[in-house]
Amino acid sequence: MATQGATLRSKQELIEKMSKPEVITGSEILLRSLVLEGVECVFGYPGGAVLYIYDAMHGFDDFHHILTRHEQGAIHAADGYARASGNVGVCIATSGPGATNLVTGIATAYMDSVPLVVITGNVVQSAMGTDAFQEADIVGITMPITKHSYLVRNAEDLPRIIHEAFHIANTGRKGPVLIDIPKDVSAAKTLFKPASGEVSMRGYNPTVAPKKQQVDKMLKAIEEAERPLILAGGGVVYSGAHEELLEFATKTGIPVVTTLLGLGGFPSGNDLWVGMPGMHGAYASNKAIQGSDLLINIGARFDDRVTMKLDGFAPNAKIVHIDIDPAEIGKNVPTDIPIVGDVKTVLETANAEAKPAAKAAAWREHLTALKAEFPMTYVDSNTELKPQWVIEMLHETTNGDAIVTTDVGQHQMWAAQYYKFNKPRSFVTSGGLGTMGFGFPSAIGAQMANPDRVVVSINGDGGMQMCAQELAICAINNIPVKVAIINNQVLGMVRQWQEIIYDNRYSHIDLAGSPDFVKLADAYGVKGFRATNKEEAREAWEAALRHPGPAVVEFVVRKGENVYPMVTQGNTIDDMILGDAE
Amino acid sequence: MKKHTIAILVNDQPGVLQRVSGLFGRRGFNIESITVGSSEEPGLSRMVIVTTGDGNTLEQITKQLYKLIDVIKVVDVSSNPMVARELALIKVSAEPAARPEILGVVETFRAAVVDIGPQSMIVQVVGDTEKIDAMVELLKPYGIRELTRTGVTAMVRGSVK
Repeated sequence: MATQGATLRSKQELIEKMSKPEVITGSEILLRSLVLEGVECVFGYPGGAVLYIYDAMHGFDDFHHILTRHEQGAIHAADGYARASGNVGVCIATSGPGATNLVTGIATAYMDSVPLVVITGNVVQSAMGTDAFQEADIVGITMPITKHSYLVRNAEDLPRIIHEAFHIANTGRKGPVLIDIPKDVSAAKTLFKPASGEVSMRGYNPTVAPKKQQVDKMLKAIEEAERPLILAGGGVVYSGAHEELLEFATKTGIPVVTTLLGLGGFPSGNDLWVGMPGMHGAYASNKAIQGSDLLINIGARFDDRVTMKLDGFAPNAKIVHIDIDPAEIGKNVPTDIPIVGDVKTVLETANAEAKPAAKAAAWREHLTALKAEFPMTYVDSNTELKPQWVIEMLHETTNGDAIVTTDVGQHQMWAAQYYKFNKPRSFVTSGGLGTMGFGFPSAIGAQMANPDRVVVSINGDGGMQMCAQELAICAINNIPVKVAIINNQVLGMVRQWQEIIYDNRYSHIDLAGSPDFVKLADAYGVKGFRATNKEEAREAWEAALRHPGPAVVEFVVRKGENVYPMVTQGNTIDDMILGDAE
Repeated sequence: MKKHTIAILVNDQPGVLQRVSGLFGRRGFNIESITVGSSEEPGLSRMVIVTTGDGNTLEQITKQLYKLIDVIKVVDVSSNPMVARELALIKVSAEPAARPEILGVVETFRAAVVDIGPQSMIVQVVGDTEKIDAMVELLKPYGIRELTRTGVTAMVRGSVK
């Protein structure tokens, strides 16, 4: 406890030091305001238009700045930091190319509702609009992919803008906020007056508490339902409602399916958990949705990869939709009982009066049997390494307790299917945008936010090459991320589509010429291993886990393996190809 | 596809028009006309947009607009009794001999001639969209050289907020 007292005291001292009203530059105002918002870690890359900001950072040690090797690495790391911690992720880049290199990362965070504050420099205001060197209208470019954005005109506005930006990013439906700071603003001196307290904006007032009568309608529908089902999404994780969801499901006895972003929001070990639904969802999950007579969507957005063909989705179900964003309700699926509000608050309200779904016993038994009859399965091999087996081995050796980040493609789906998540904020993956290159740098951010947890980054051999340069910062800062590369020497998901949908016409998917990943790791000063069979795989992976620093393990797996079940586009979710194990 | 007239109260910030029009564009909502100007409150502007779509589209437009931080209030003006007006300037070919006839049309529509040149004159007409459409039709035979319309601005009648 003594240490905690000391931490609190030093925190108080830090706040006092940072809040001191002094005449300082816009850059110093920025740094101090970030500290006052509780920022401990920033990912960035300097350049001409942010030189005043980086000059102010010289010798500044009140937050940690990680110099990435590409702006895209910086923003994905900030994203991973935010997803794994629930705190706002922060990154900094210069004007023009620095800012445009952030665009993919901003869109990634926007699609998955991740709170980021993205700081970009811009040319001096007198040069804006003249096509000056390294000038880009980043506010204009990112308008469709930010929750909000600011172009700072005066240094005096910085404290308010930064305070508002953090508030907007991390309340309501979370998302990225961009702050563009022209070079003359970061240079200008002014009296620093810290902004604090409640933010009041007429145009921004998210509904947190639900309408009681809507919750009552849901509770009544539950009592009447014979085949109720909960569809839990990322909103459960983001609002910290995993305990409330568990209580709700337990009290009502309603089975649960979790979307890709909802994984970990409900313990996969629980008997009520049916699986992940959607394009590569579990057989029982998809059947459960189609068979339900009451579908309670909690913080998911009826994404097309979950619903597949909308006409025929959950055809017999009355739809309840709980979402903090009213625009999501009724957007894709007509809703019978809309409930606008924060998921945690809604579930707290519901839990106070929730009664068991008394007519649902047979349905529960049916789904349990279905899950047992059609588990996630694959044909194992003793001669070749199977990617699904690798994921199961990663799960086993980390006791299912690691934070797992993935890139995008087959390995992402296998990770979702075979790494059984039990805790929230343990699965970091780009769901909405499907961003290749996200998996590895996001793990760096996740590890920075959770120094004491094992962070496993699962990547394909394609995506790993989209941000491999960040191996450097793992080595230099000793960030002990354990990187698993599922190397099938091909763009696997594209290959799978070309096989199944494009009649085996394989077009530009061969990744021959990829580097030797062990040597690549070694070149950056990171420990590398390769495995081509089960014994080697287990041995290499355990050695990587034992190794105190970052490590890369390349698993050379079978090239032609497909992700099953699979629903092809244009079909309803119960129209599944079950694949090799059929 | 029903026509809707909506009024949007927004912060008078740089880029706010881009935020609103960009939203319509990327979500596939139609903009038939858009007008912007100051409102009764300093620091706030009011946009009036005429759009088309069914009830679901209108609901999505409203909800998506509310997600913009700079949007304060969205009112579906056309769901209430409303006054909707636009202004058109019509430069019509008018040799001296044809002028009396044109002036007759102008008078009937309670429009005004705001400029007379050697071979043309500019007619200013204010009214709802149908009235202006009718005026344009009537002037067509004389030869319309240039036409510009402001787009609709609108307000709910009476004391309804």
